Amino acid sequence: MRARLSFPLTALAAGLLAAGPTLADDPVELTLYYPIAVGGALTDVIDGLVDEFEAEHPAISVDAIYAGNYDDTRVRAMSAIEAGDAPQLSVLFSIDLYELLEQDAIIAFDEVVETDEEREWLDSFYPGLMENGQLDGMTYGIPFQRSTIVLYWNKDAFEAAGLDPETPPETWEDMARMAAAVRDASGGDQWGVMVPSTGYPYWMFQAFAFQNGHRLMSEDGTEVYFDDPAAIEALEYWVSLATEHDAMPDGTIEWGTLRQNFIEQSTAMIWHTTGNLTAVRNEASFDFGVAMLPMKTQRGSPTGGGNFYLFKDASEEEQRAAMTFIRWMTDPERAAAWSIETGYMGVSPAAYETEALRDYIAQFPPAAVARDQLKHGTAELSTYQGGRVRRALDNAVQAALTGQMAPAEALAQAQREADAALRRYAR
Amino acid sequence: MSQPSTAKSTGWPMALRLPGLETTAAWLLALIWIFPLLYAVWAAFHPPAFMVRFDLFAPLTLDNFANAWAQAPFARYYLNTFLLVTGVVFAQFVVCTLAGFAFARFPIPGKDFLFMLVLIQLFVFPEVLIVENYRIASTLGLVDTITGIGLPYVASAFGIFLLRQTFKTIPRELEDAARIEGCGWMAILLKVYVPLAKPTYLAYGLVSISHHWNNFLWPLVVTNSVESRPLTVGLGVFSAPETGVNWATVSAATLLSIAPLLIAFLLFQRQFVQSFLRSGIR
Amino acid sequence: MVEMNSHRRMQLYGALLLLPAAVLLSTFAYLPTITTLINSLFLPGFRGAPTEFVGLENYRLLIEDSTFWRVARNNLIYALGTIPTSIALALAMALFVNARLPGRGFVRMAYFTPTILPMIAAANIWMFFYAPQIGLFNKLLGALGLSGVNWLGDPSVALSSVIVMTVWKEAGFFMIFYLAALQGMAPELKEAADLEGTSRWSFFWRVTFPLLMPTTLFVLINALINAVRVVDHLFILTKGGPNNATNLLLYYVYENAFSFFDRTYAATITVVILVVLAIVATVKFAILDRRTHYQ
Repeated sequence: MRARLSFPLTALAAGLLAAGPTLADDPVELTLYYPIAVGGALTDVIDGLVDEFEAEHPAISVDAIYAGNYDDTRVRAMSAIEAGDAPQLSVLFSIDLYELLEQDAIIAFDEVVETDEEREWLDSFYPGLMENGQLDGMTYGIPFQRSTIVLYWNKDAFEAAGLDPETPPETWEDMARMAAAVRDASGGDQWGVMVPSTGYPYWMFQAFAFQNGHRLMSEDGTEVYFDDPAAIEALEYWVSLATEHDAMPDGTIEWGTLRQNFIEQSTAMIWHTTGNLTAVRNEASFDFGVAMLPMKTQRGSPTGGGNFYLFKDASEEEQRAAMTFIRWMTDPERAAAWSIETGYMGVSPAAYETEALRDYIAQFPPAAVARDQLKHGTAELSTYQGGRVRRALDNAVQAALTGQMAPAEALAQAQREADAALRRYAR
Repeated sequence: MSQPSTAKSTGWPMALRLPGLETTAAWLLALIWIFPLLYAVWAAFHPPAFMVRFDLFAPLTLDNFANAWAQAPFARYYLNTFLLVTGVVFAQFVVCTLAGFAFARFPIPGKDFLFMLVLIQLFVFPEVLIVENYRIASTLGLVDTITGIGLPYVASAFGIFLLRQTFKTIPRELEDAARIEGCGWMAILLKVYVPLAKPTYLAYGLVSISHHWNNFLWPLVVTNSVESRPLTVGLGVFSAPETGVNWATVSAATLLSIAPLLIAFLLFQRQFVQSFLRSGIR
Repeated sequence: MVEMNSHRRMQLYGALLLLPAAVLLSTFAYLPTITTLINSLFLPGFRGAPTEFVGLENYRLLIEDSTFWRVARNNLIYALGTIPTSIALALAMALFVNARLPGRGFVRMAYFTPTILPMIAAANIWMFFYAPQIGLFNKLLGALGLSGVNWLGDPSVALSSVIVMTVWKEAGFFMIFYLAALQGMAPELKEAADLEGTSRWSFFWRVTFPLLMPTTLFVLINALINAVRVVDHLFILTKGGPNNATNLLLYYVYENAFSFFDRTYAATITVVILVVLAIVATVKFAILDRRTHYQ
């Protein structure tokens, strides 16, 4: 009996004795999940950044896990929390804020910052990129892989259609006309424009609506306004690109293969995230340009992409280490390098002041379009019950584009579904 | 189940020489059926520019494989799948052998009812119960572990059923002889029943391997990280259309994930086919 | 007395042998089935509150949920689209490779190979075929001067595209069972028929097909189960879209549970699936097991 007891006891004692010194020596271990929704070998870029960080901070070790697209990554992070194996931080959809709060998963950065320098850092980002990450005066999301939607156009195709290759469309009417011209000139071989309608249809629709002067949701995430006449008009215009102008294919357009469509020149214009810019640049065999999205009553694009979040279950020490990591990752030099590698935005004005990014923009002006468009930006659609609400809108957009429902009818249905999902949240 | 011999299928004299039309149809169907795989091979071994251009002299390349291998930890995924499949099959053999033996030879009260209860699992399989099974795996601390992927499948009604049937056909005399030699129940099971059921184990093993090699939904739900993701989930994460990964690379990755099983199948075609046959209900 | 004891011991021993399987089956089959039923009677807690008992409220929501009906109808169409076609093709394939055919080994392998592939890999490959504009099918149609079809993006076509892929994946598997049954048939039947001068066509319908009935029923059950169980391809091909045109029941469960964090509603849909499977099981045990198919 004594023999049996003594082993665990000694082991325990040894463990207790060992715990003191090793705690200081062992690096703080951080786990984070991150998504990728654009082309290119971005996992390599992230791994490279993490290695560099670990070399500079031997006391912190970071395990960055690529978990799929934004939805997959949220599912993974939430299920890890539920299984009691919560990450300390993650890059998740900027619009996951309400759901993360509701699951009581995250804490505000305001609770972790200590010094004035850190408070200053909190204020160093573009305000437009902070919109989705703040609620009731607290900051929960730090912008990282952030984007706006931009218009990519194929200059060769424009020239072939007798359009000025250097002039992208300014207005909705321009875009429809130019797209139809390309379609005509190619004898039906090439489409004029493609706006993706799988993956993130609500996001594209939000751009149309905002260009028509309409914001789809309330500030506090408890109400949506899908069936407003301005929204209906926006969806009607989108649908008309295919039905009326014969400039865009019928049916839905796949988000994932759209870049390939542009590269293969099966369409002269696409709307896509700036996050794809570098991949397009590397692969296009023709001359292309990047422009802000066209306008109806105003310019506009929702912001998009992923923010850093801090998770509640982490110890104070881990939260501090996570802060160190996030600050390092969003530092102007890094933000600039990240922007050059991908096309995502440099998240702070300081990033655009760095030599690297200034030189890059001088040599490749399209890299500045996302930033310039930011002053016309709006927060991405984000509400409580976000999954359901976005799905309702996605379905409406797809129903309209595939001719199953008229835009007004589709949006009215989406409004009903969203209202039902949000009925418990009215303040 | 009938015991056919695919190997000697000419043995059936009913087989007639097919008229030309039917031969053509048979071949046409075969070509259609194999085409997707051939296409994947084409796409994987040629530069992306030749995805939809069929040129006999298109340059061959291994770059796509190199890219795929570099962009995702396929080596780790292989290891995970290997551990998963061997672990599950081994555990299934043990658990189902014991249960099959019990059902075949032991006087258990309410045995028929219990056996029916077991057979229910043929229909209430783990995929349907993903939500609750996830909660249970989570309570047991099995989320994001290879054990967590495999455990719900270990007590396989199908395995129990198959082994019970096989054990029942083994003559009692053999068992009695072993008992006279002084063997206990365990020794009888291991020395008499298990060796005689070898073909059943082989058949069940192959079906189980291909099932778990190919399984996706439950592993997707229960894994979070590279350390536990099997090949199918790794491939799904890697090639989800959103990422806009180059098709040629996706083709290469797809071939990488199916290669071991496919090669094994081509080598041991007959055993595979026989196994699937024997094991009809999976 | 001794007899009694040894009988007892046997019983105990047998129970011990069953124990591991019993524990695992209870944990991962019976218990979750029961908790699913219970959970379907609750609503998730609002803002961190505990879950709330609501009786049949979830079922009322389900009945009013037009998406659910859409998905259920899709699943029915999917089953009707995949099952008869793949069974007919499987039978044709089995007849082909059972006859004397040049290159039979290759043909049989070609038919069976899709069975070996993971659904997820098969979907990857078919994605290249179905992609609009740049996918293989539309390139081929384009070469013929036809305008392309938006295979996965047009709601009136998307489900059919998914069905076609599924048929491709499953037919070879079912072929094996037909082949086995064909090879188990008595050769005398054919000889007698030949003597009587019966045509091959009428021989097939009068003799072969009826004799294959047990196999057909057996394959049918398998196909029914797969129509409910396998939704892996949706993760790659369509994610259930456009506008739920290709959403299937199990995928809808996944969405509700893991994308919308609504576990209780997911449980309610799961109960519906369980009911469907219970019907299939009853059919199987009541009809199919009368036959001597398994032994």
